[in-house]
Amino acid sequence: MRRDEWRRREHWRRHGHDRGGNTEWIALGAAALIGAAGAAYYLQQQPQRHQAHRPPDSAPGRTARQRTFGRYAVVSRTVTIDRPRTQLYGFWRDFQNLPQFMENVKAVTPLDGEVTRWTIEGPMGRDVQVETRIVEDRPNELIAWRSVEGSDIDTEGRVRFRDAPGGRGTEVEAVVAYDAPGGEIGRWIATIFQKEPAIQGRRELKRLKMLMETGEIATSRNHHSARRGGQ
Amino acid sequence: MRALTWHGSHDVRVDTVPDPEIMNPRDAIIEVTSTAICGSDLHLYDGVIPGMMSGDILGHEFMGRVVETGPKSTLQKGQRVVVPFTISCGSCFFCKKHLYSACDNSNPVENQDITEGLYGHAVSALFGYSHLTGGYPGGQAEYVRVPFSDIGPIVVPDGMDDDQVLFLSDILPTGWMAAVNADIEEGDTVAVWGCGPVGLFAVQSALLMGAARVIAIDHYPNRLALARKLGADVIDYKQTHVLEALMEMSGGLGPDAVIDAVGMESHGFAPDTVLDNIKQTVGFGADSGHALREALMAVRKGGRVSIPGVYGGFLDKFPTGALMEKGLQVKTGQTHVQHYISELLKRIEDGEIDTTFLISHRLPLEEAPKGYYNFKNNQDDWTKVVLKTGKS
Ligand SMILES: NC(=O)c1ccc[n+]([C@@H]2O[C@H](COP(=O)([O-])OP(=O)(O)OC[C@H]3O[C@@H](n4cnc5c(N)ncnc54)[C@H](O)[C@@H]3O)[C@@H](O)[C@H]2O)c1
Ligand SMILES: [Zn+2]
Ligand SMILES: [Zn+2]
Repeated sequence: MRRDEWRRREHWRRHGHDRGGNTEWIALGAAALIGAAGAAYYLQQQPQRHQAHRPPDSAPGRTARQRTFGRYAVVSRTVTIDRPRTQLYGFWRDFQNLPQFMENVKAVTPLDGEVTRWTIEGPMGRDVQVETRIVEDRPNELIAWRSVEGSDIDTEGRVRFRDAPGGRGTEVEAVVAYDAPGGEIGRWIATIFQKEPAIQGRRELKRLKMLMETGEIATSRNHHSARRGGQ
Repeated sequence: MRALTWHGSHDVRVDTVPDPEIMNPRDAIIEVTSTAICGSDLHLYDGVIPGMMSGDILGHEFMGRVVETGPKSTLQKGQRVVVPFTISCGSCFFCKKHLYSACDNSNPVENQDITEGLYGHAVSALFGYSHLTGGYPGGQAEYVRVPFSDIGPIVVPDGMDDDQVLFLSDILPTGWMAAVNADIEEGDTVAVWGCGPVGLFAVQSALLMGAARVIAIDHYPNRLALARKLGADVIDYKQTHVLEALMEMSGGLGPDAVIDAVGMESHGFAPDTVLDNIKQTVGFGADSGHALREALMAVRKGGRVSIPGVYGGFLDKFPTGALMEKGLQVKTGQTHVQHYISELLKRIEDGEIDTTFLISHRLPLEEAPKGYYNFKNNQDDWTKVVLKTGKS
């Protein structure tokens, strides 16, 4: 295993002793809601820096109360889609399908071999290019990709397909990590992905679910020139 | 086209807006012939439901003719249809279980974030309601875009009047499901709070399902008279102590099942209501829950609680003790209209159910604001307002 890859994996693991930046953020949100009187109480509830050692539970590491992914922002979400694994794997494996449900991805172009170029829409009409290589491909089970050196974003992701219990279809679990570089691009990537990582991720998987289960993606616009999504 | 649009609390207007277009393959466009104002619309009118935007087209009870179809619609131009107020895909986990109002795929993803935070899960979409439930333009208009038109709309024979079938879109199935959720058994006494359209249809349905006795509660003489006509006994909560009366009228046992057909804007002068109203006015996301609290106190031990009345936020002083210690069973939800609609159409065709008794006023669409005003402020006489577009 390459050293940087090892380091990356290490970051993805649960770190019981790290600062829970996320917990703090939630506490602040709650404080804002309950008003000034209650804020003092919530702000006192700082995450513990040194948590007693506990036996691991069954939950995925990314749901830990105190977690860190090093420099990476992580987007993850699981959704159950009432379609067979083979169909969902096949749809995702053709990366050119991704822009159908990923709002920020404008196009995916195959280059040579296992490399594809993703064109991601940036602010004020600026596009960002990311070239990714498939690093693991287990038919009907898992696809993992990573950006090649020199891409505008250092990112890796994987999507896993599992049979859902009781004939409910397939559990699709997607985890994507980004390292925002410096500079202007870095700033807006940080804005999109670190501010609301969960929102972006879940919206995309929900769109995929709609497309697979109903053949279309719901919109409440009722004419073509209207604003999108009724927002 | 002309449409009734929302501009703020107690400010609705008929405006000229762009005609709807087919957006998705399963869509159809309906030319509306009749559309009604619902008690749920009053929550929007009063501004107690969050997520409304100026210019939103209201209306979720409507019917009309198919004028355009998307490539995957199963409807045909010219067909006359009643459209369920719940927008459902028909193929997700929930729709397959016939829990249509829990559909996962009808609420646009951008609109799901708020209820995912507020309720733990995103809710499905409804026509002409808040952006929390999709922000779909509604049916108090000349034309409506109907998504998933192969699942929702039911074709009605030309021989039947609009007024006979319009309420299949919401309040008839809602009253019916309210009674279904009360799990009525032979000999049951069922108490219904609220004699608005939903409460009255719940009274009618409970009697059809074999309740020995239905007791309807309200304070409007005319609405109570309608309940009595349907076969209910009535309690006027302004002249009678409801809890005491219900105990005495049910042999000291308490009603076997209770139905809250009032919802989040419960009236009354009890201290809980006054506090709830203050919180609602200052925008606390609080529900007024006097009727629900009273229903939970009244129902017998091991009894059933059915809640068709709409709640959107939080309720304090909720009697969890009564709920647990009496071993109650609670069923609620937006109506799974698609599950009940064909059975109810059949009952109307067979003459078993009449819905026209409810309509007190028919107005042209242009006079919709007057309809809202009176349905809100003159509830006793204005039991149900149907708006006509002049099309047929
Ligand atoms: N679950 C659903 O899918 C669904 C569908 C339609 C309507 N609804 C809801 O059902 C409720 C009733 O709808 P509607 O159209 O009949 O409304 P409505 O406003 O016409 O009727 C409500 C009635 O409740 C009475 N009331 C108020 N406070 C009361 C109290 N404390 N005790 C007894 N009666 C009281 C009022 O006097 C009024 O007659 C509303 O909350 C509405 O949003 C739910
Ligand atoms: Zn309604
Ligand atoms: Zn569905």
